[in-house]
Amino acid sequence: MKRHLNTLFVTTQGAYLSKDGETVAVKVEDDIRLRTPVHTLGGIVCFGQVSCSPFLMGFCAEHGVSISFLTETGNFLAKVQGPVSGNVLLRREQYRQADDAKSSVEIAKAVLTGKIANCRAVLSRALRDHAEKIDFEAVSLAVNRLSGALTKLHSESDIEVIRGIEGESANIYFNVFDHLITAQKDDFKFSVRNRRPPLDKVNCLLSFLYTIVMHDTRSALETVGLDPAVGYLHRDRPGRYGLALDLMEEFRPVFADRVALSLINLGQVQGKGFDKKESGAVWMDDETRKAVLVTYQKRKQDEIIHPFLKEKVTIGLLFHTQALLFARHLRGDMDAYPPFIWK
Amino acid sequence: MYTEDDLIQLSALQHFVFCERQCALIHIERVWNENLFTVEGRIMHEHVDAAKREARGGIRIEYGVPLRSLRLGLIGKADAVEFHKEDDNWIPFPVEYKRGKPKPDNCDKVQLCAQALCLEEMLNVEIPEGALFYGRTRRRYVVAFDNALRTETEGAARKLHALIESAVTPMAEYSDKCKRCSLLDQCLPRASKKASSYLMKAIEED
Repeated sequence: MKRHLNTLFVTTQGAYLSKDGETVAVKVEDDIRLRTPVHTLGGIVCFGQVSCSPFLMGFCAEHGVSISFLTETGNFLAKVQGPVSGNVLLRREQYRQADDAKSSVEIAKAVLTGKIANCRAVLSRALRDHAEKIDFEAVSLAVNRLSGALTKLHSESDIEVIRGIEGESANIYFNVFDHLITAQKDDFKFSVRNRRPPLDKVNCLLSFLYTIVMHDTRSALETVGLDPAVGYLHRDRPGRYGLALDLMEEFRPVFADRVALSLINLGQVQGKGFDKKESGAVWMDDETRKAVLVTYQKRKQDEIIHPFLKEKVTIGLLFHTQALLFARHLRGDMDAYPPFIWK
Repeated sequence: MYTEDDLIQLSALQHFVFCERQCALIHIERVWNENLFTVEGRIMHEHVDAAKREARGGIRIEYGVPLRSLRLGLIGKADAVEFHKEDDNWIPFPVEYKRGKPKPDNCDKVQLCAQALCLEEMLNVEIPEGALFYGRTRRRYVVAFDNALRTETEGAARKLHALIESAVTPMAEYSDKCKRCSLLDQCLPRASKKASSYLMKAIEED
């Protein structure tokens, strides 16, 4: 079985990563804080003032371990990668289908089916678990409206209409998202999704989690030899990873949103761990960011039965599994792309 | 006759005899799962490559010998080639090191025979036999390059070229040997081909 690989997140400012035999050594002020074998890692993510030796970069590239550099607040700066991997014929097929209206529509619909079904599942789960704490009626109505959106989506064949259904579904879902916050209501209030920049604590959490999910999704696509820039639901735009955005749609609700909710509801993050800048932008302090990353990593180790493959996988492997299924569909092994649908 | 541009890795032949889809995944789709097996295999090979040559009474050994055959369209390396002195001639005797134990199929034998055919073409000699050494059993098994094995090897090389030229990865069919395949997770042989009905289920559910 493909082993679940960890991502090493380095948030300590001034840390220096180097290669030590077959291991990564993390040094802070001449003091080795951590040594970990490269073959247990899937990726390394460095936040802020963290540097790496070129030999470690080469070693990681050779072993398929991605290294990304983000700002302290989690904005992407750069990443190190080895030679482009995979099959050029597969990438050609990816581009051909992106140029073909009919294929694009089918893939966009599959991707959105995953997303909307998962948004609905997150709401249904809340109805089941917290019936007494939430506005049952409002959330039930949203669940029904999302079911309606799924049915409508299924009979559509115009990509613009499909993008419209996505916008509607996002509104239905985020309009009741505040109901899912069942603790620390004074500190964590959600009214509307905003991201550039995030203007409140919940949006700040969501944005940060989406950034890490994006990183994992993009790495997985590159690993299976797909071009993360060329998507189907998301149109090409220079500098945007269209396919990574497509593929991460199904992960947003069940993975990022649920981690954000459990952090708040279980009190693993507190209101005082966030800071408001002069411009109104909200960001989190180091301790909060660490708490988010620890919870995210723990979540990745959870085992589930994959609904399509009917096999046990860890959540952390889902990115790779879905990227692989996507490639399989492009190659014609399957008659549709089967997104990960959470129950 | 093939040209130098058409040559395929000798190791692909072993993959091909084991499973055509595994071969296509590695050589067409370029997936490679560096799992424990391949790492251990590589370390063993590196160990073999590290030594250069030895000679002891009546046997010379060369390690990491580059090979190719334009007739079969193959290129690769032999772990080791022993040269056995017979009268005034040194007869090549290829030896391939394998990590595991002898396999039920012929894939290792075919790979070894292909090495012999390369050597025959390059050195213009006839090679009657070679050996497979298995790490798990710590024993070597002598393989005779008889007509049946040669015919099988040549046929496999022809079909291998046809597969790589077609650039189409065959569909998966699950069987017992999938359990000992290092690409099981990249291949997903049991995945259903019908994803559309799975999608429909998600839409119909409330």
